[in-house]
Amino acid sequence: MTTKHTVSVLVNNQPGVLQRVSGLFGRRGFNIESITVGESEENGLSRMVIVTTGDDNTLEQISKQLYKLVDVIKVVDLSANPMVARELALIKVNAEPIMRPEILGIVETFRAAVVDIGPASLIVQVVGDSDKIDAMVELLRPYGIRELSRTGVTAMIRGSVK
Amino acid sequence: MNVQTEPKRSKEELIDKLTQPDLITGSEILLRSLLLEGVDCVFGYPGGAVLYIYDAMHGFDDFNHLLTRHEQGAIHAADGYARSTGKVGVCIATSGPGATNLVTGIATAYMDSVPLVVITGNVATNFIGTDAFQEADITGITMPITKHSYLVRDVKDLPRIIHEAFHIANTGRKGPVLIDIPKDVSAHKTIFKPVTEVNIRGYNPTVQPNKMQVDKLIKAIEEAEHPIILAGGGVVYADASNELIEFVNKTQIPVATTLLGLSGFPSAHELWLGMPGMHGTYTANTAIQNADLIISIGSRFDDRVTMNLNGFAPKVKTIAHIDVDPAEIGKNVKTDIPCVGDVKAVLEYANTKAKPANNAAWIAELQENKVKFPLKYDQTETELKPQFVVEMISETTKGEAIITTDVGQHQMWAAQFYRFKNPRSLVTSGGLGTMGFGFPSAIGAQMGNPDKLVVSINGDGGVQMCAQELAICAINNIPVKIVIINNQVLGMVRQWQEIIYENRYSHIDLAGSPDFVKLAEAYGVKGLRATTKEEARRVWQEALDTPGPVVIDFVVPKGENVFPMVKAGDTISDMLMGDSE
Repeated sequence: MTTKHTVSVLVNNQPGVLQRVSGLFGRRGFNIESITVGESEENGLSRMVIVTTGDDNTLEQISKQLYKLVDVIKVVDLSANPMVARELALIKVNAEPIMRPEILGIVETFRAAVVDIGPASLIVQVVGDSDKIDAMVELLRPYGIRELSRTGVTAMIRGSVK
Repeated sequence: MNVQTEPKRSKEELIDKLTQPDLITGSEILLRSLLLEGVDCVFGYPGGAVLYIYDAMHGFDDFNHLLTRHEQGAIHAADGYARSTGKVGVCIATSGPGATNLVTGIATAYMDSVPLVVITGNVATNFIGTDAFQEADITGITMPITKHSYLVRDVKDLPRIIHEAFHIANTGRKGPVLIDIPKDVSAHKTIFKPVTEVNIRGYNPTVQPNKMQVDKLIKAIEEAEHPIILAGGGVVYADASNELIEFVNKTQIPVATTLLGLSGFPSAHELWLGMPGMHGTYTANTAIQNADLIISIGSRFDDRVTMNLNGFAPKVKTIAHIDVDPAEIGKNVKTDIPCVGDVKAVLEYANTKAKPANNAAWIAELQENKVKFPLKYDQTETELKPQFVVEMISETTKGEAIITTDVGQHQMWAAQFYRFKNPRSLVTSGGLGTMGFGFPSAIGAQMGNPDKLVVSINGDGGVQMCAQELAICAINNIPVKIVIINNQVLGMVRQWQEIIYENRYSHIDLAGSPDFVKLAEAYGVKGLRATTKEEARRVWQEALDTPGPVVIDFVVPKGENVFPMVKAGDTISDMLMGDSE
């Protein structure tokens, strides 16, 4: 059964490592829905969080093929555990002064924030799981979204499960 | 230079000299490190970005350097050296076009898990990314076809990187590792201290198997009635032939060897069934289709073996898979008993427990098939058949030669009709099917095995893809016997066009090929030709009696096909057996 998986990949912070990982996905026909990379808790290591879709066999192959890369230290299927997944989006939305109270109402309900105000637009920053961001985008769409930038998901297993 | 060059100084003297801490250039570090890794032969081609390295090699005679006539020749030679010796093959090329000319050879080695260290030059670090003259992002280009790669940015990293590269190339599932050295790095100096330890956090291949899994395999053998072993290149690469023979003798399970596994199990063994798959024997394919237990040993269920997976081994109850690469397990077929580990280590443990399977009736049935459906060809005619040439080579060399092949019909005939005896005696491009591989790989095999007879079996198509390397054989007196099975067409393509594309022969005529005897002579190599069986016997004996390299052009009819054959998309039950049935 094809489902969504969130995979965390701890890698050496080497030039080209993102190319190695994303190239592996491309070459073997694995899907990348989103990919985020940043520093990890350890110097010299980065953590990639990749959201992918596939059945259990595909997920097993993804993990095994990733482990074949010399720069890959650890691969964890986060979605096999209770996890926290968050994404950040910046949404530049049309907002003539007359419309602003309405938009601010939405922003408040979603516990989002307005991070910039222009003469006829606002930049809204929203953090949450991807569904929440999808919902926020849908609500703002009628006002006219000028620009949308999403970071992709980063995630962690809850509690002390390693 | 001769193949049998005597070392100029003792090994101890050399190592003592090499390990002195000196302020030396990256190029000298490279040469010293190669020597410390035990390299005795390097294949390469100089150019702008590797001139410091070649400058350091001027007058250097602690290892052989063979100047091939094309980088593709260099890397296939390094590959043949590695496959036939088990040591790491090394080749050097310059940046840009030199490096990109290696791509086919790197992919060939990657597909067949051959340990290579590929050294390329690059433009100086301050030019990287500027589209400088002869710049190519070779680490980027080769990322999908290398086990690992390095772009050296600091000369201080060079000793560690070279040592790591050799370690990665020749451990676990073997494969090519690329080291890209910018020109300035090869010129910069640093104090050289040899690196002898490896600590790579993300690289820990599993060697020793999980004993519980092997115990499960032993139990499955006890319960099986129709067991079969599928042995692949992993048996050869792990130097596990003796362990496999012991395992077979103890369990009495019949063995089918894949193309790369052919030399890993003696053809003379009574439980050998031949090669399975597209051009496999009737016995091997039928055995797989009727097996209840398949034990894959260092074989990866390649599609040329399994053909259509939907009809593969329909009666199997248990599939056991022994492989050093965990990613191979479950990749193509569902595995019931995974045994991750070095094939030799797994078999050593299995041999302590193995007992005979209860399969006497099964063996009798397969032996009967071997007699009823042997590999055969029409021998009644007087004309020279390609299969006859291979059989003649097999008989006269008594299976003691190292055979390298190119890719195509002759490759399949060599696989079918040569009786292999010793591991590493077949060097052939399996996974990638690289035309042009056969002849230069023989040069490497001969360099690695100066005392053995090396016979390179080629088609008239593939031999023209690297024929320029005849110069290397002539100049260095490399005594390779270069056999050309000359049918004047692209034979395997012709066969497919005949059988699958309804005789529409599209662009397969190799008219315009040179007179191969004259071509050989133009390079200063002896050339011989045979067009009949009688001539074939005579010139082949003459070739064997000639101390140096010889090209033998065996002119055969163009219509001969390789049988059995399973068409792409069919299952291995759907064998075409040919007209001579």
